[in-house]
Amino acid sequence: MEKKTPLYEEHVALGGKIVPFAGYLLPVQYGTGVIAEHMAVRTACGMFDVSHMGEVLFEGADALKNLNHLLTNRFDNMAEGQARYSVMCNEKGGCVDDLIVYKENETRYLVVVNAANKDKDVNWMQAHVSGDCHVTDVSDQYVQIALQGPKAEEIVKTLDGNGPLPEKYYHAVMDSAVGGIKAIVSKTGYTGEDGYEFYVDAADGVKLWRMLLTAGKDFGLIPCGLGARDTLRLEAAMPLYGHEMDDEISPLETGLSFAVKMDKEDFIGKAALEERGTPKVKRVGLKVTGRGIIREHATLTKDGKEVGHSTSGTHCPYLNTPLAMALIDADIAAAGGSLTADVRGRAVEAEIVPLPFYRKRN
Amino acid sequence: MNTPGNLKYSKTHEWVKTEGGLTEIGITDFAQDALGDLVFVNLPEAGDTLSVGEAFADVESVKAVSDIYSPVSGTVAEVNDSLLDSPESINSDPYGAWFIRASDVTATEDLMDAEAYEAFCEEEAAKE
Repeated sequence: MEKKTPLYEEHVALGGKIVPFAGYLLPVQYGTGVIAEHMAVRTACGMFDVSHMGEVLFEGADALKNLNHLLTNRFDNMAEGQARYSVMCNEKGGCVDDLIVYKENETRYLVVVNAANKDKDVNWMQAHVSGDCHVTDVSDQYVQIALQGPKAEEIVKTLDGNGPLPEKYYHAVMDSAVGGIKAIVSKTGYTGEDGYEFYVDAADGVKLWRMLLTAGKDFGLIPCGLGARDTLRLEAAMPLYGHEMDDEISPLETGLSFAVKMDKEDFIGKAALEERGTPKVKRVGLKVTGRGIIREHATLTKDGKEVGHSTSGTHCPYLNTPLAMALIDADIAAAGGSLTADVRGRAVEAEIVPLPFYRKRN
Repeated sequence: MNTPGNLKYSKTHEWVKTEGGLTEIGITDFAQDALGDLVFVNLPEAGDTLSVGEAFADVESVKAVSDIYSPVSGTVAEVNDSLLDSPESINSDPYGAWFIRASDVTATEDLMDAEAYEAFCEEEAAKE
């Protein structure tokens, strides 16, 4: 049976179309539809209930040491309040999950993981930590709301009772407040746009949701569902677990080498990644040049030879064109090359293009 | 939900209008709402053969691709090519945005009138 987030009744009242996702009942869209929601985030502001994401606390004198061992990125040079993206690898160099680590202080870190992987992740973490380090699933304590778009900052600044707001991308204020509500305020997101993610006490979730909805009305803010979350992240070429990465695909193959510190002393999966060597496949962007939409799992060929498959794809509303991401043979992955996708038995031509498809203007 | 009284409806949410020897086929308001914003349409060509219950077109929303099933057996006489450039017209005007006109219809599945179709949709919605 799926769980409801504390904002469930809000979604229903706002006309959300509720679907099961990663063990939760969440809105895939509201009455305005995916395209309008997507465009609101690119041009004004959109608000998402992302309370399904998992939060895991690492506490203890050996918390840092364990994060450095469990995860591919490095965490020893972080300032308090800094956020860092990482992958968690298995022994074979595949991905257990991708996640964000927040440093609260030297002995306390908050790790945010994908909803669908939460239980797997917590089991994996608990099985692999050692020394003075407690791993606790605190997901149910939080409501997480993402406020995304060029107007997000202005909207937040209309509220009374704000604590300090983070200035830089991938920074957070761990003990801040928004609209008088105690919150972790993080300048992060999954849309390719400026904005915030707020982590508040589950009991304060509805209050913050309604406050932001009201404050944002004059700025064009609308609530957005999972549909727009997916089209936005795809347009911004952000990888999604289960699509661009999984237990087999390595973070290097899927273009996440920036988050894999091979010069670190050791971490789970390092030996396997070294052994796998230079990646033979590469994540690329595809722009459909023929007619149609290439979605996930389309076989890709070049001159009749199979070279890989698509991992995600849809019509991207802001760029107004069908785009896809794919994992293909690294030898032929240069931008400008052309491929043919098998879309339900029909051949659809596509061109390899640089990632990201969309980058926000500064 | 809008359900014009002059049309007939299939269980797979196509509407059918017979006029001047041609059978016009599109998708219903219920269908377009369930599919969401449509962004792409694949249509057959004039002269293609239609069979009851078989897909003759597909529509794509940002979320998914869905087949459109033929309520008749016959031949495609005309295709509404304007949908290729403006698939969103299916959302905004589902009963104006016809997909095809069929001729030489040899078989038609059991279709519902507007009242029966509305009752059918209510049942479908309740199942969710």
